[in-house]
Amino acid sequence: MSTPTDFLLWVRGPGFDIALVIFLIGVIIRLLEVLVLGRKPDLAEARGTEMGPGLRTVFTRTLPESGSMKRSPFTVVGGYVWHIGFLICLFLFVPHIELINSTLGVKWPGLPSNLVDAVAAVTIVTLLAMLFSRLNHPVKRFLSGPEDYLTWLVTFLPMLTGYLAYHRMIDPYPLVLGLHILSVEVLMVVFPFTKLMHAFTFIFARWYNGAMAGRRGVQS
Amino acid sequence: MSGATLERGLNAFREQMNAPVAAFFSSCVNCGMCAEACLFYTETGDPKYTPINKLEPFRRVWEREYTIFGKIKSMLGLTKPVTDELLAEWEELIYDGCTLCGRCSMVCPVGNDVSYMIRRAREGFVAAGYAPDGIKNASRRAVTIGSPMGVKFPALQAQIKHVEADTGLEIPLDKAGADYMALLSSMEIINFPEYLEALARIFKQAGVSWTISSEAFEATNSGIQIGASDIARELVGRVVDAAEKLKVKYVISPECGHAYTAIRWEGPNLIGRPYNFKVIHILELLDELRASGRIKTEGTDDDRLTFHDPCQIVRKGGVLESPRNLLNMVTSEFVDMKDHREMNWCCGGGGGVSAIERAEELRLKVFKRKTSQLEELKVDKLVTACANCRLVMEEGLEEYKLEIPIVGLTEMIAEYLVEDKE
Amino acid sequence: MADEMMRFTQTLGESLRERGVSRRGFLKFCTATASMMALPPTMVPAIAAALEKARRPSVIWLSFQECTGCTESLTRSHSPTVENLIFDHISLDYHHTLQAAAGEAAEAAREAAMHENEGKYLVVVDGSIPLANPGFSTIAGVSNLQMLEETVKGAAAVVAVGTCAAFGGLPHANPNPTGAVSVSDIVKDKPVVNVSGCPPIPTVITGVLAHFLTFGELPELDHLGRPMTFYGQSIHDRCYRRPFYDKGLFAETFDDEGARKGWCLYRLGCKGPMTYNACATTRWNQGTSWPVESGHGCLGCSEPNFWDTGGFYNALSIPDSDITRNIGAVVAGGVVLGAAAGALNRSKRASAAAKHETVTIDDLDKTS
Repeated sequence: MSTPTDFLLWVRGPGFDIALVIFLIGVIIRLLEVLVLGRKPDLAEARGTEMGPGLRTVFTRTLPESGSMKRSPFTVVGGYVWHIGFLICLFLFVPHIELINSTLGVKWPGLPSNLVDAVAAVTIVTLLAMLFSRLNHPVKRFLSGPEDYLTWLVTFLPMLTGYLAYHRMIDPYPLVLGLHILSVEVLMVVFPFTKLMHAFTFIFARWYNGAMAGRRGVQS
Repeated sequence: MSGATLERGLNAFREQMNAPVAAFFSSCVNCGMCAEACLFYTETGDPKYTPINKLEPFRRVWEREYTIFGKIKSMLGLTKPVTDELLAEWEELIYDGCTLCGRCSMVCPVGNDVSYMIRRAREGFVAAGYAPDGIKNASRRAVTIGSPMGVKFPALQAQIKHVEADTGLEIPLDKAGADYMALLSSMEIINFPEYLEALARIFKQAGVSWTISSEAFEATNSGIQIGASDIARELVGRVVDAAEKLKVKYVISPECGHAYTAIRWEGPNLIGRPYNFKVIHILELLDELRASGRIKTEGTDDDRLTFHDPCQIVRKGGVLESPRNLLNMVTSEFVDMKDHREMNWCCGGGGGVSAIERAEELRLKVFKRKTSQLEELKVDKLVTACANCRLVMEEGLEEYKLEIPIVGLTEMIAEYLVEDKE
Repeated sequence: MADEMMRFTQTLGESLRERGVSRRGFLKFCTATASMMALPPTMVPAIAAALEKARRPSVIWLSFQECTGCTESLTRSHSPTVENLIFDHISLDYHHTLQAAAGEAAEAAREAAMHENEGKYLVVVDGSIPLANPGFSTIAGVSNLQMLEETVKGAAAVVAVGTCAAFGGLPHANPNPTGAVSVSDIVKDKPVVNVSGCPPIPTVITGVLAHFLTFGELPELDHLGRPMTFYGQSIHDRCYRRPFYDKGLFAETFDDEGARKGWCLYRLGCKGPMTYNACATTRWNQGTSWPVESGHGCLGCSEPNFWDTGGFYNALSIPDSDITRNIGAVVAGGVVLGAAAGALNRSKRASAAAKHETVTIDDLDKTS
C-alpha cells in the first residue's frame, strides 16, 4: 500500500471479492445447515393451518406485544431505531444504490443524502446507547459474551466510518473511504460465523413458531 | 438398561436437533426480552432464569456439533463442552424454574419458540440423570402404579360410588361403543371430586354417551413433565390402547393442563401414528353442547370474577374461545386480567414444578405475579380449568393471605344446570 | 551560442522590460501570483523584488514516456500571457519540442547547462521512466533511467510535471507492460515536487516556478509531494455542484433532466470526492470552464492510478470486482457445501437415534 489510493483500490477490488465470497458461501452454508435438518411430520390432528399463521407471524412478530413494550421499552425502541436507521443508510443512500446495482443489477430511488446523514447520526448515537444498555442491564449483561460485543463492534464501525467519510473528517479522502469499505468487508467476513445470521434465520424461526402454534389454533 | 449417563444425555440432545431448533439457536441475539415474559425472572430478578439461558447445555451441543464453524471453533479449543457439572448446575433452571408455559415463545422478537426447545432439551437432562427427585418419583409411580400421585383404580372406584350416591346417576365404566371416554387427572380425583360429579350431571342432561376406562383413566403424563418421550409414550399408550379397545369416538381431556398437551398434541407423535379416535378438551365439548343447546342453564354467578387461563390449554393448546363462551353463559360480572387469554401469566406450578419439593419456595415467590394480576382487578372469585393450577393457586393465595375462592369451570357450569335445581 | 550566453546573464526584470512588459503589468502578475498561492498582499513587494532580481535559472526539461500533452497545455495559448512570458524568461536550456537544436548539438547543450549551473539548475520531467527494458524509451541512445540519474546529480530540485512523471500515469496503468515508474521512485536525494494532472493546469506549473524563483525553495507539499496551494483541496469540496450532491440530486445519463439542470455527476462516474487539484477554482483555459462545468465527471487525473480506478463512468462506490460476473458460480459452490453440511447434520442425528437406549424408570438415576 504505497498510497491511500492504492489502499482504496485494494479494498474496493480484491478485498471486496474476498469478503463477498466468504459472506455468500458462509451464509448459504449456515442456512442449509439449519434447513436441511428438517422436522418430522406432525401426526396429531391439526386444528388450524401452518402456512398462513406461519407467514403471519413472520410479519406480526415485528410488532412488540404490549407487555414487552412496557417492560423493555428501551430494547424495543432502541432496537427499531438503529435497525431501521442502519437499513436506511445501507439501502437508501445513492452511492450504495450504485454499488448494489453494479453487483446485483437492481436499482431503486434513494433519499436525499443529507437526510440519510441525519439518520446516520441518530443511528450511531442509538448504537452507543444499545452498547451501554447491554453492559448495564442485568439480563443482557448476564447473557452477553465476547461474540455479542464483537458483533456490536463490526456493526458500529461501518456506521462510524461511513459518517466520517461522508463528512470527510479524515484526510485524504481515499483513506477514509477505504477504511469505510474495509469495515464493511470485516462485517461481511464476520457475519456468517456469528449471531448476525439472525438477519436471515429470523424468517425461519418466526415461521416455525407461527406454523407450530397455528397448527394448534393459536396465532403467535 | 445401563442407567443414566452423560453420554446418553448427549446422545439425546443430538437426537432432538431439528430445523426449528437450529433456526432458533441461530437467531438468538441475546436481547433478554424473553426474561421479561417469564415470571421466574420477573418475580426474582435473577437473570439466570432468562428462558434462553436455561437452554445453554442444549445450545452448546448445537454449536459444537451441528455447525461447521462451531466444529472448527471446538477444534481450536474455543468452545466449552457439556459436562456433568454443567447439567447439575442447570437442572434447577430447566425444571424448578420453568413450567413450559410458553410465554417466552410469544414475545421473542426473532420468533424463537423457547418453550419448544426446553421440552426437547429435557430429554437430554433426564437421560443423563439430572431431573429433580420429585418428578423422578412421580414418573416411577405413574409407570408402576398408573398415577403419578399413586392413585389406584380402587380409589377412583370409591369416588365413583360417592358421586353415584350423591347424584343418583350412573358413571359408566368400560362401556364399549360409547361416544366419549373421559380421562381424569390424579389431582382431580384426590382434590377436586366435584369435577367427576359435574361430568355426570352435565352428560346426563345433554344426553352424552360416555364412559371411563378402569385400565386407563389417568390423564396426567409424567413423562412429558420429566421430558422422557420413552416414558411419555408408555403412559399415553395405555390411554390409546384402552380407547381403541373400547372403540370410542372421542377421548375427553380433563381439567389438567399438561394432560391435554400429552394426549392431544404429543401422543400421536409418541406412538408414531394417528389415533383411531379424536381428542376433545372438556371445555371444547361443553362449548359444543352449549352452542347446540344441549346444555340448559339458569341463573348466573354475580360475583366479580376472572379467569386464569391454564397455559397448556389456552396458549399452548389452542382452546381459546370455549372458556369465555362458557363463562358468558353463567356469569354476569366477568372481567379479564390485563394480560389474559394467550398472554396470561402461568400459575408457576405446571410442567412438573408442583411435584418438586425443593422448588416450593421458588414457586410461592413467583406466585406474586398472579396475585398482582388479581389485586389489580379486585375480584371476589377466580375461575380456572386445570386442577394443578387450582391447587397451586390455592396454596399461593393462602401464602399471600388473599381470600379469593377458586372454582373449576366445569363445576361451575354444572352448578347452574336447569334440571338440577333441587 | 554567444547570444544565448548574453541572455543568460540578464535578470528577469531586465528581460521583461526588454519585452515591453510595464512595471504595472509586472506588479499585476506578482499580485495574482501571491493571491493564487494564498500569500498575503504584503508579500507582493517581496515577490516583485525577488523576481526583478532573479537570475533566469537554467531549466533542463527531460521528456520520457510522455504524450507531450503537458508541454502542449503549458505552451498553448492564443494570446501572450504573463505566464508565458515568465516561461520564455526561464532559460530553457533543453526541451525536445521547443528547442531548435537536435541530435548531438542538443545533448551538448544539456551537458553544458549542467556543468555551468552545477547545483543551481532545475530539472523538469514529464513522462514516466520504463524499467522493464531500457530500450522501451531512449534519447540519443541513452535510456531514460540513465539520463535522469545523470541529469539530477547537479540539480537544485526536480519538478515532475504531469501524472506520468509524478505517479507513472498512463504507461503505469494495468498491466504496465513497460515497467513504468515515477520520478520519485528513482530520485531519492533531491527535492522533488509532483505537479500532477493529465495535463496539469498551466497556472499551477508557473505558480510553482514563481514560488521557487521568489523563495529559492519548493512550496509546502502534501503527502504525495504535490504543492498544497494547488492540491490541498479536493474537487468535491470546491465544486459548485456540491449542493446537489448533498441533497441527493444526481444526473443519471448525460442528457437527462438532471444533466440539463446541472446536477451532481457522481452517478456518471465523477471522481471529484477523491481528487485533489485546482480545477474547480482556477479552472482551465484562463478560467473558461472545467470538466464538471461542461457536464462531464472528473476523471481524477491528478491522482495516482487514476486509469485503474474503476472506470471513468463507474461511480466511486462501485467495486472493481470480478466476482460479480461469477456470482452464480459462488452461490452454486455455497449450495454444494451447505448441502454437504446439512447432510452431515442429518447423519449425526440419525446415528444418535440409532444409538438411542430406551429411557425407563430404572434409568432415571446414574448408576455410579
